[in-house]
Amino acid sequence: MEYIITTDKVNLFYGESQALKDISIDFLPNTVTALIGPSGCGKSTYLRLFNRMNDLIDNVKITGDITVEGENIYQKDTNIVELRRKVGMVFQKPNPFPKSIFENVAYGLRVNGVNDMSTLKEKVEFSLKQAALWDEVKDKLKKSAFELSGGQQQRLCIARALAIEPSIILMDEPASALDPISTAKIEELIYELKSKYTIVIVTHNLQQAGRVSDYTAFFYLGELIEKGVTKELFINPKNIKTQNYITGRFG
Amino acid sequence: MIKFLKSTFEKLIEGTLFLSSTITTLAIVLIIIFLFKEGIGTFNQTPIEDGFSLVVNKNNPVNELTANEIKNIFDQNITNWKTVGGKNDSITLFNIDNIGEFYSDSAIGENFEFLPQCISDYTENNPGAIAFVTTRYTGKGFTGKILTTTKVNISQFISQKEWFPTAQPAAQLGVLPLILGTLWVSFGAILIALPLGLATSIYMAEITSPKIRNILKPLIELLAGIPSVVYGFFGLVIIVPGIQKLFDLPVGETALAGSIVLAIMALPTIITISEDALRTTPKAMKEASLALGANKWQTIYRVIIPYSGSGITAATILGIGRAIGETMAVLMVTGNAAVIPHSFLEPVRTIPATIAAELGEAPQGGLHYKALFALGCILFIITMAINLIVGYVSSKKKYNAR
Ligand SMILES: Nc1ncnc2c1ncn2[C@@H]1O[C@H](COP(=O)(O)OP(=O)(O)OP(=O)(O)O)[C@@H](O)[C@H]1O
Ligand SMILES: [Mg+2]
Repeated sequence: MEYIITTDKVNLFYGESQALKDISIDFLPNTVTALIGPSGCGKSTYLRLFNRMNDLIDNVKITGDITVEGENIYQKDTNIVELRRKVGMVFQKPNPFPKSIFENVAYGLRVNGVNDMSTLKEKVEFSLKQAALWDEVKDKLKKSAFELSGGQQQRLCIARALAIEPSIILMDEPASALDPISTAKIEELIYELKSKYTIVIVTHNLQQAGRVSDYTAFFYLGELIEKGVTKELFINPKNIKTQNYITGRFG
Repeated sequence: MIKFLKSTFEKLIEGTLFLSSTITTLAIVLIIIFLFKEGIGTFNQTPIEDGFSLVVNKNNPVNELTANEIKNIFDQNITNWKTVGGKNDSITLFNIDNIGEFYSDSAIGENFEFLPQCISDYTENNPGAIAFVTTRYTGKGFTGKILTTTKVNISQFISQKEWFPTAQPAAQLGVLPLILGTLWVSFGAILIALPLGLATSIYMAEITSPKIRNILKPLIELLAGIPSVVYGFFGLVIIVPGIQKLFDLPVGETALAGSIVLAIMALPTIITISEDALRTTPKAMKEASLALGANKWQTIYRVIIPYSGSGITAATILGIGRAIGETMAVLMVTGNAAVIPHSFLEPVRTIPATIAAELGEAPQGGLHYKALFALGCILFIITMAINLIVGYVSSKKKYNAR
């Protein structure tokens, strides 16, 4: 099977300090991979490599190879806009724009030059349905996105990411700021989205990782300690650090 | 013991703070009361100087004239009594200085003691006559009719088109050109300052490196500290001649010059406050935009500016509001013609400039003096309205949908 994302011996430095050490993981299409590990171990940093969000930070140095859909994404002539269309992202805290619900979902399309109203309407509806939010908002698309609850806002952010039809979705602790019911909805959603998208999710909630992911990678102090099929990693960790972490002895 | 001292000390500080805030509040309230008391004194006064009267033929049916009508009569814009509600009879202006042409010295009397009779006689013979005379000559022996003058009222004060408070026979107190002048200059200033200020603040908040920003920001804040006379001088020496040459005008002192100077004075406020507003945009929101494939400019235009829109509005209004009250600079460059402006290339006069220029020569307690206070009240109300708008805009929910 062909990998959709590959990373080969990736190192990342914030100035002098090294945040990622020799990380090599490959991702299969239509799978959910969970990145776990204690705070500060580099999960977000790693995740943000795939849509080049680390570019926004000054003084970042990256070595190693990273490919998305077979293309090296850290070449000089890499089209970052194209890349970000392929690789959507959902952030830890819901961060809708100060616009209407409709315009939030349409945003990615508009900035990519889609302005035809009927196309926009169609795609907004489709994305909201995919994000399991349509029924709750279909009568108030013109209302401000800030009028939604936190859980609804996060699903709106997922819909917003889906609207530009990416093939990969990165989620950085997408449910950590939400209540249990909203969390359950997001998890259900992740499960459903798997058939169409490849998902990489950072989470501190090990039960969540167990419930939603096919594969899990455990990071510790910038290093990849262990990776594998989620069930096996949780039941039968090979590394003592992994074992300590998942049994709650540190982290 | 120490505890007692400490608590006494704290009480003392508390008392001092309370006292100073009370005094400040009191002073402000007193100033406002004084302003309005003097200002309101303008109304219910006659626009004719004390000690003078307008006299006409005793059978003239006209009883009362407004300041504006009086002016038009004496400027010979109104030449028939019909226009002001009288008989169809042409108006004869009688200048008391020319009395010698009609009456001999002996008829007038050595000490002008028969002047009232002469004036009465003249108005008798010329039914359309009107004369502006001191009240001394309308006493004993006077048989003509003394006109009353409509008292100054608020609607006239605001809607009349002429500001000529020292005019004879009747002071023209129309603040409309001054209000319009103020608004034109301010509006022009917003037009200039908003794009410039916004561009600079965006540059500082989003584009430049922290290093350049750290040089630029104190520099701009320094601009706010320059006295406005210096700006006015700069405007007079550079901007006024520039405008004159550029547009080939007879004079360069125009509304445009005022707007430019005002804009420059407002820029530091606008830039610093809107930069602060722009920087409140959460990083997460910018990242979300970029992650959706938007470039930097799209992110600025579609997310950052809408997000900080209320802050930018407040910055602009505050900057201009602060600058409007700045008298000197505008006084120096606008040409100070109290006429209703029709283009930015005409001289105008603003309210603060009028007060500054005329208060010194207006006799204290007189109509002119009081009218200037009334102008102050209008300015106060305008500024107050601006502040209320700022308060409303900035308290409005930031998260409004567009
Ligand atoms: N912009 C930055 N500049 C400098 N160092 C950074 C920056 N962002 C993160 N780091 C450092 O890189 C390391 C990894 O951070 P990262 O955010 O990837 O951790 P994380 O695993 O996502 O942690 P958490 O679970 O708390 O989100 C940390 O030591 C952090 O201090
Ligand atoms: Mg993180």
